[in-house]
Amino acid sequence: MSALEVRDLAVSRGGVPLLEGLSFRVAPGDALILTGHNGIGKTSLLRTLAGLQPPQAGRVAPGPDRIAFGAHSDGMKATLSVAENLEFWAGLHGLRGGIEGVLEEFDLAPLRDRAAQHLSAGQRRRLGLARMGLTGRPVWLLDEPTVSLDAASVGRFARAVERHLAGGGMAVLATHVDLGLAAPRLDLSTFRAAPEVARGDVFAEGAVE
Amino acid sequence: MTRIFLRDLRLGVRAGGGFGLGLAFFLIVVVLVPFGIGPETARLGPVAPGILWIGALLACLLSLDRVFALDREDGALDLLATAPVPLEGVALAKAAAHWITTGLPLCLAAPALAVLLALPWPGHLWLAVSLLAGTPALSLIGAFGAALTVGLRRGGLLLSLLVLPLYVPTLIFGADVARRGAEGLSPLVPLALLGAVSLGCLAILPFATSAALRVNLR
Repeated sequence: MSALEVRDLAVSRGGVPLLEGLSFRVAPGDALILTGHNGIGKTSLLRTLAGLQPPQAGRVAPGPDRIAFGAHSDGMKATLSVAENLEFWAGLHGLRGGIEGVLEEFDLAPLRDRAAQHLSAGQRRRLGLARMGLTGRPVWLLDEPTVSLDAASVGRFARAVERHLAGGGMAVLATHVDLGLAAPRLDLSTFRAAPEVARGDVFAEGAVE
Repeated sequence: MTRIFLRDLRLGVRAGGGFGLGLAFFLIVVVLVPFGIGPETARLGPVAPGILWIGALLACLLSLDRVFALDREDGALDLLATAPVPLEGVALAKAAAHWITTGLPLCLAAPALAVLLALPWPGHLWLAVSLLAGTPALSLIGAFGAALTVGLRRGGLLLSLLVLPLYVPTLIFGADVARRGAEGLSPLVPLALLGAVSLGCLAILPFATSAALRVNLR
């Protein structure tokens, strides 16, 4: 399994450069925690790594087919049950009948037949994170994964990430919460795109969810 | 691809999925027309094919803004774009699901509703045939329009303005098939052209749709 390598990456959002000269490497079994104030470009960076927007400059390896993206919005359908939602994503990623494992892992088994619209915010979040395990991809990108999770769920999520790392996976997390993961932190404010700092600042505050 | 198709069908028929909305709209339009232009058979008969086709076209339009907008809102579109399926396949599956939930019920209901508009007999059959051949093009063109406007808030009106002009060839040939059928002429020429429009849309538009989606995902 190859490491996640980022070389001289430049990221923009809506045409405004946010980050530049960004290089890092995450070896198999390692995680990286991205920090930086709101609007610095954490979400845009993760979207670029996931292949949803092209980089302004630089390279990302491996390609998007090895990367699983866990965004703020989890893509779960309100009128489908927990199990139906997970089975859809498992099937789409070519994993058959493997949802029992993640249902247990994220304590969703008692909720399996409940429609996603009747879940609480925290339960919904867990459902969204459970999808990551179904992608079968080595690199997890997680954008503020612990929003609306209680302490027990944060712990459960941290253990799930640790298990993924122990299996040779990699993870890049944008978070302000200390998950207790032994992972280096990368402060994005040092890679801020220079020429348009003032404009970028104002724009990014509104543009990045 | 099949999974996306089946998921969209399931979502469509679940509560709030909008299944039947287009059909109900079609029914109301057809019922309203005799009130508007009078119940005489001699007056209704000649305009029936055109009215039925316009009704079907508007009913199709009604549910188009849901095709991609809902997936965009809840983030599923991002995840589909990163999933190991080609985005062209996603576009095709979604257009197909839209056709099954909107276009197909219209095809099946139209011959029965044509009675209300006093369409002369063999016209019913040809109306159903023309809708079967033409509504796939409506769904495919509509999905393309929906992909173009997916990033916009309240993009529904813009979507209508974009899509309706593109519906013109389908409407002309479709209504012509039904009209010729009703008048006892051979409808084969417009039917062949209608089929060509649908097949052309099928061949080209999934690629255009996925390109539009990619631009809007940035």
